[in-house]
Amino acid sequence: MADEPLVLGIETSCDETGVGIVRGTTLLADSIASSVDEHARFGGVVPEVASRAHLEAMVPTVERALKEAGVSARDLDGIAVTAGPGLAGALLVGVSAAKAYAYALGKPLYGVNHLASHICVDQLEHGPLPEPTMALLVSGGHSSLLLAPDITADVRPMGATIDDAAGEAFDKIARVLQLGFPGGPVIDRLAREGDPAAIAFPRGLTGPRDAPYDFSFSGLKTSVARWIEAKRAAGEDVPVRDVAASFQEAVVDVLTRKAVRACKDEGVDHLMIGGGVAANSRLRALAADRCERAGIRLRVPRPGLCTDNGAMVAALGAEMVARNRPASDWDLSADSSLPVTETHVPGQGHAHGHGHGHTHDHDHVHEVSKDNLYS
Amino acid sequence: MLLLAVDTATPAVTVALHDGVSVLAAESQVDARRHGELLLPAVDRVLAGAGRALGDVTGLVVGVGPGPYTGLRVGLVTAAAFGSTLGVPVHGLCTLDGLAYAAGLDEPFVVATDARRKEVYWARYADSRTRLTEPAVDRPADIAAELAGLPVVGAGGVLYPESFPDTRAPEHQSAAALASLAAERLAAGDTDGFLPPLPLYLRRPDAQVPKNYKVVTPK
Ligand SMILES: [Zn+2]
Repeated sequence: MADEPLVLGIETSCDETGVGIVRGTTLLADSIASSVDEHARFGGVVPEVASRAHLEAMVPTVERALKEAGVSARDLDGIAVTAGPGLAGALLVGVSAAKAYAYALGKPLYGVNHLASHICVDQLEHGPLPEPTMALLVSGGHSSLLLAPDITADVRPMGATIDDAAGEAFDKIARVLQLGFPGGPVIDRLAREGDPAAIAFPRGLTGPRDAPYDFSFSGLKTSVARWIEAKRAAGEDVPVRDVAASFQEAVVDVLTRKAVRACKDEGVDHLMIGGGVAANSRLRALAADRCERAGIRLRVPRPGLCTDNGAMVAALGAEMVARNRPASDWDLSADSSLPVTETHVPGQGHAHGHGHGHTHDHDHVHEVSKDNLYS
Repeated sequence: MLLLAVDTATPAVTVALHDGVSVLAAESQVDARRHGELLLPAVDRVLAGAGRALGDVTGLVVGVGPGPYTGLRVGLVTAAAFGSTLGVPVHGLCTLDGLAYAAGLDEPFVVATDARRKEVYWARYADSRTRLTEPAVDRPADIAAELAGLPVVGAGGVLYPESFPDTRAPEHQSAAALASLAAERLAAGDTDGFLPPLPLYLRRPDAQVPKNYKVVTPK
């Protein structure tokens, strides 16, 4: 399969410096440097700390990925990079690096969408994506339900969180329970020893008149915090395992219920789940169970490919090359609020032949870039 | 020798190509918001203007700041990626040294740039090639007395005339000056004259360790 596109992908939208190399849908290298430990004492990702770490890690991580893949940079068919959405200053380090590599190597540059990359990464695990693909993306930064008829050109938002991201809710509840940051893994672990039916926490936006595919985790978060505070105020022990299990159940119940409903409504017979929260064992189990009962095929990449990484960017970049999508220009912007419908950022000089999505007008580019310098 | 110099530590996005004898091509754009968009096209134009390709370059020169955060990193990561791909050295220079060199003064003076938040990045110089102090970040009023009587080069002087009455050109950084200074030091074998290509932030990240958990139960 040596004629499949060989692409290097760079991801710096949050706190992971990720560099991946793929050939078509085959993963060759996935190199990561994380600054998560530096953020732990702040209880969340600090943008400037993340950006500084990206700068330090960038070149060594690229060099490690090339070595791991056993390929020469000269043989690459393109360089892909997360152009957005994400933290402005963090994105800028990756975008600047990707441009420099692409320019120095004489290769095309592909600025791609972080969310579309989260979906496309599953090609490295389970082969080409069905078209359309229904995708549930859940992490500390996003909670979206997306329908993707063509991952390189047509991604449609079905629903999204109206307040907190799912992963954010895990972090906040972990903080109330004094379990440290990030909250996802520790809550998952404690929940395995707790009773998910012990406390009936609310399921947000599940009423008959609520938006069928949108999410809300803010009310749940407050409700869990109040329940814990009431226990503490009464001088009783907080049953941490039961709280973790019941809270987690409320989150994954809503996520899976809405995702399965979207599949049924749209007549899509499979579901892909990605993002850091897709590593949650209960989400995976409940999704497997509900999909099986609904006759839906579930595709979830292994946890290492669900969290942010460079391989997912390379996977989407390779698909862009394979489908002859136009490359980005050298003045590509890092766009912290790149809409999910913009699967990539084609150069201005090219016709954008797919009807869906369009490049920003310049006012928007300037406005978004405003917070680039002094984040 | 063919040096490509870039500096994005100040509002200027500036690029120059130097062959060890003179500047072959250079350009600067002052736009503090768009370093990421402007740098690579500028590199491309400067190389094309001199009829050279990036592969001809034998060394990178990069301004390491001090500079306010995000823009600064654009030049540094670009130089680092070029250096790694081409297998050529990346020489760091203090951004203030480029302004000092461009000023061409042979009397004591100060270079001051805009650090935002009503502060300046600054250093003292004996002449245009000799820095006397480590770069620092301060409020103009707090250093005005100490620096009284000295000419001030750079936008920091222009922004705070009440603290720095005697301002001198240039206002903005130029990669041409940075490249010329680097060429001079390389020709003299003065490798100690370079800094590692790592950012000088001079400030800690804005980050607060969160205060204790905020109770949500109404009183
Ligand atoms: Zn993500």
